[in-house]
Amino acid sequence: MPEQPQPLLSVRNLTVAFPSLHAVPPAVRGVSFDVGREKVGIIGESGSGKSTTGRAVMRLHPSATRITADRMEFQGENLLAVSERRMQAIRGHSMAMILQDPKYSLNPVMTVGEQIAETAILHEKLSRRAARRRTLDMLEKVHIRDPERVMGLYPHEVSGGMGQRIMISMMLIARPALIIADEPTSALDVSVRQQVLTILDELVGANSMGLLFISHDLNLVRSFCDRVLIMYSGRIVEELPANALDKATHPYTRGLLEALPSLLHPKDRLAVLRRDPAWAKT
Amino acid sequence: MIEVENLTVAFGHGPRANRVVRGIDMTVGAGECFGLVGESGCGKSTLLGAIAGRVKHWQGAITIAGEKVGPVKRPLAQLRRQQMVFQDPFGSLHPRHTIDRTLMEPLRIHGIADREARVEKALEQVGLPGRFRFRYPHQLSGGQRQRVAIARALILEPSILLLDEPTSALDVSIQAEILNLLKDLRERSGLTYVLVSHDMAVVAHLCDRIAVMQDGVFVEISSRDAMIRDEVHHPYTRMLREGSLGYRPAAAVPPG
Repeated sequence: MPEQPQPLLSVRNLTVAFPSLHAVPPAVRGVSFDVGREKVGIIGESGSGKSTTGRAVMRLHPSATRITADRMEFQGENLLAVSERRMQAIRGHSMAMILQDPKYSLNPVMTVGEQIAETAILHEKLSRRAARRRTLDMLEKVHIRDPERVMGLYPHEVSGGMGQRIMISMMLIARPALIIADEPTSALDVSVRQQVLTILDELVGANSMGLLFISHDLNLVRSFCDRVLIMYSGRIVEELPANALDKATHPYTRGLLEALPSLLHPKDRLAVLRRDPAWAKT
Repeated sequence: MIEVENLTVAFGHGPRANRVVRGIDMTVGAGECFGLVGESGCGKSTLLGAIAGRVKHWQGAITIAGEKVGPVKRPLAQLRRQQMVFQDPFGSLHPRHTIDRTLMEPLRIHGIADREARVEKALEQVGLPGRFRFRYPHQLSGGQRQRVAIARALILEPSILLLDEPTSALDVSIQAEILNLLKDLRERSGLTYVLVSHDMAVVAHLCDRIAVMQDGVFVEISSRDAMIRDEVHHPYTRMLREGSLGYRPAAAVPPG
């Protein structure tokens, strides 16, 4: 993999531990990766630490969480050292996060238009009028027909797919350099999923952003991303170009691929993953 | 084993009634696995519910194992014949009942004797060790809970299992275990399955025939082989099939 000259995000030896009365191992242990202006996928099963990694980069964990790293730099800035105030300026402005389910992550008591414009007013210091224009423009970019009408709706009045497009427009309105998308399409139907991904792909490409795409869906990540990190038990066990996922060598990645029922390669029985405690150590 | 004729399910009355299932005909042979694929709100779970006896205001005809059943007041002996497994094992098991109590309940309702032995046998069938009997659901993993849900369905010795997205809430590796278990159970005891899923790959893995449902009707019934070889015709079926293969950059975005 040719190293890019200046990655947007550079993480070395990141460890995230949640304090507990019991001796539990850290949720993320010594993770290192870079994200440039590309689409990087993180694949893992529940509890592998993929969302925890994404949230640690955004510094969204409760303050008691112990986050340590040799390096966690975003556009040359040390994310571990910056003040909370500075972090608030970074979040939403140069780094934004798309969450899984628009039903729970949009504010239910604000209209769609108000919530999208809020980002632009806060971060871009736009006037209400300018923010409104930008909102309309943004809703058009995510292919929403009749944006004037949609702006006045509340989140419960829109469908799941439309809600996710609204969230994308809210996250992209300040033109961030990096988007972290945590299972952005898992709550959506197949047909809507294609549309939302196409929009995300278009916008990320057009504005040459970096995308960290967190997902459990191997087929999706394989076809959508440029590069894939595979996480198991808080560690990155393998890193591959997305189109070479079939050539994975780590037994966990291989196990995941073989456990997946496939239309193109039907098999009588699915291989059952035998977990090796050594994977969590190395 | 299951014959459904012109089945219509409507919620509400009069002109504002919402017809969720609209004139479905289907026949499932004994020992067959019949797949139902469709997106949210297409009526697939409602159709399954009508067969199970959960959804009670339908019109049309349902015949199960040669016996005609009505929308209401099915005898216990009939209800025992088909059992359901639900999507989310976190929601479908009572959090304050032990596994033992969960498995005993259907036996008690149906007045079946020899309960101890049956509970042990059901756990064994789904590959759970006997010591899990006196645990609570929160002490089990997602895959283990789904095994309990399957054991609860099997304990009444039904001839039909109605599976409503049985692996959607599970990780890939756990999904493989449950799919293998379902396959083994069917081969061993000749059960008939109706499997509802939104994942074409899962349905094609398990089912002999696949019905694609949209807006309360079947748009296409295809064989497993036709689905695998891409010999399906309806545009909606093609869309679902391609969607399960991953992302296609060329996909056009219709405004909406």
